[in-house]
Amino acid sequence: MSDSANGEPAPPLAGAAPLIDVHAHFFHAGCGRRDWQAVNAARMRAGDRIGITCHVASILGSMGHTSPTYFASPPDVSRGNDEMLAIQRREGARVRSYVHVNPNFGDHALAEIERCAAAGAVGIKLSASRRADDRLVDPVAEQAAARGFPVLHHIWQWRRKEWGNQEASDGAELGRLAERHPGASFILAHIGGGGDYRHTFAAVRELPNVYLDLSGSGVDRGMLDDALAAVGPSRLLWGCDITMCTGLAKLRALEVIGLSPEDMALVRWRNAVRIFPPGTFPSVQGGADAGDRRAHASVVGGAR
Amino acid sequence: MTTDVNCWIGPYPFRYVPHPDPDVLVRVLARERIGSAWVGHLPSAFYRDPIPGNDALYAALEPHRAVLRPTPVVRPDWPKWEGMLRQALERGAPAVRAYPPQWGMGPHEPSMHALAAACAEAGVALLLAVRFEDLRQRHWMDSAGDLTAAHVRSIARSSPGVRVVVACAGREMIEEVHWGLTPDEQARVWWDISWIWGPPEDHLAHLFRTIGAGRFVFGTGWPMRLTQNPRANLDLLPDELRGVPMADGAEIAAGGGQRAHGD
Repeated sequence: MSDSANGEPAPPLAGAAPLIDVHAHFFHAGCGRRDWQAVNAARMRAGDRIGITCHVASILGSMGHTSPTYFASPPDVSRGNDEMLAIQRREGARVRSYVHVNPNFGDHALAEIERCAAAGAVGIKLSASRRADDRLVDPVAEQAAARGFPVLHHIWQWRRKEWGNQEASDGAELGRLAERHPGASFILAHIGGGGDYRHTFAAVRELPNVYLDLSGSGVDRGMLDDALAAVGPSRLLWGCDITMCTGLAKLRALEVIGLSPEDMALVRWRNAVRIFPPGTFPSVQGGADAGDRRAHASVVGGAR
Repeated sequence: MTTDVNCWIGPYPFRYVPHPDPDVLVRVLARERIGSAWVGHLPSAFYRDPIPGNDALYAALEPHRAVLRPTPVVRPDWPKWEGMLRQALERGAPAVRAYPPQWGMGPHEPSMHALAAACAEAGVALLLAVRFEDLRQRHWMDSAGDLTAAHVRSIARSSPGVRVVVACAGREMIEEVHWGLTPDEQARVWWDISWIWGPPEDHLAHLFRTIGAGRFVFGTGWPMRLTQNPRANLDLLPDELRGVPMADGAEIAAGGGQRAHGD
């Protein structure tokens, strides 16, 4: 991190309070990018400057190099997960791993969850290779509920057609999966990631086990206000995905909106602590109280 | 103090935009420590005849003239369009706007070349917008598409004195245009940073290193986009690039030195 004029480390741009990015990605040598290490390093550099306490991340196979990003082959899925877990081991508490699964290969997906959970994964990154409400996804959701792993799923806000290179789902489709699995938590990815987020808000407003991540390159004015109005601060999760500048901008915008310090803490980190397994974030865990988890348990315990 | 070259007032036809009003914009600029803004009239991009929109823009900005600078539309395939340009100069516009995709104009539209030449002669910049919204969220009735790199290259090449400011472009388009122009042409094109990605892909840092920060200007895209975004992007530049001076809208506005009505 840069030093200030007096030699002291510059304070984080987003303040010193804990900050968890629930939607990050890394690359590895098999991703076909010569600059993969630079991109990974840039994420850590920018994370330090913003003040990110922990990047919860995945590597989607070969990120398109040897099989498509959202239709990764089983060998690529496993390699990506191995590389992701290696980054977690290297970076310590600064990085946590999702286990990425392609639900079209059901046995492999469940085996990967088992294998990677044993190696330290804390959540599931469900590939956009099958519609979220397809019954084929149910075993993955059942595993998530059993292990207390949140499921992060790539979402196209109001999907009105088939988009290339992915079998994207929208809020309504993820909502049907979430309704079938009230004991699991679902992270609806990147409300700023394209499409009509207002459709998403309407689709998941009444589903307490669906959490919205704020990531994505989209920075539409009104999007954050509408998200808060739809689901409240207790169901918003801060994240960046592949644009960290927009992540910082959204934090600053939330301050302008006038969130209370308590609500800001929910979005920045407390909601993440609540929905990931106990002990996932040792550097901030002390700040979470048992009430957070009791509240979460009442939500995912089938209250609907 | 910083000039935001990429603002509008007024509603957007395809989705609700919260309070896109000039008094709100003035407060936002003060909060974000932005000295002034080039302001267009958002609905005018979708009008056939831009004159009523320009009139509305001038009237709305009049109480805020110290901070909000009108950037009206000049549509060069409209009869007597020269009057729109003349009025813009009389009103002290730092730039005039054109929307070729919304008008169904291809990259080599002769009337756009005529407008470029007239802007060059008048010493006023020509402001283009690549997009208003992300391509992934367009309304099905919004079929205009993005401004293309070919449009910008064609306009920049069409007149030796034209100065072009392009808003809401990403890295790919910027590079396609920049490296497709001569050095003299490159020096007359500026890009706002509102739509350029920061880390971890670091597109803005890459462009500062390869093209030079002097080709870039501060812009936000208000009221469509969060004003905080470009500042956040600058704050996240690698250490060696942070604080590198960019071009300034006020300097671009004054750059021609040929204006009939200076400010």
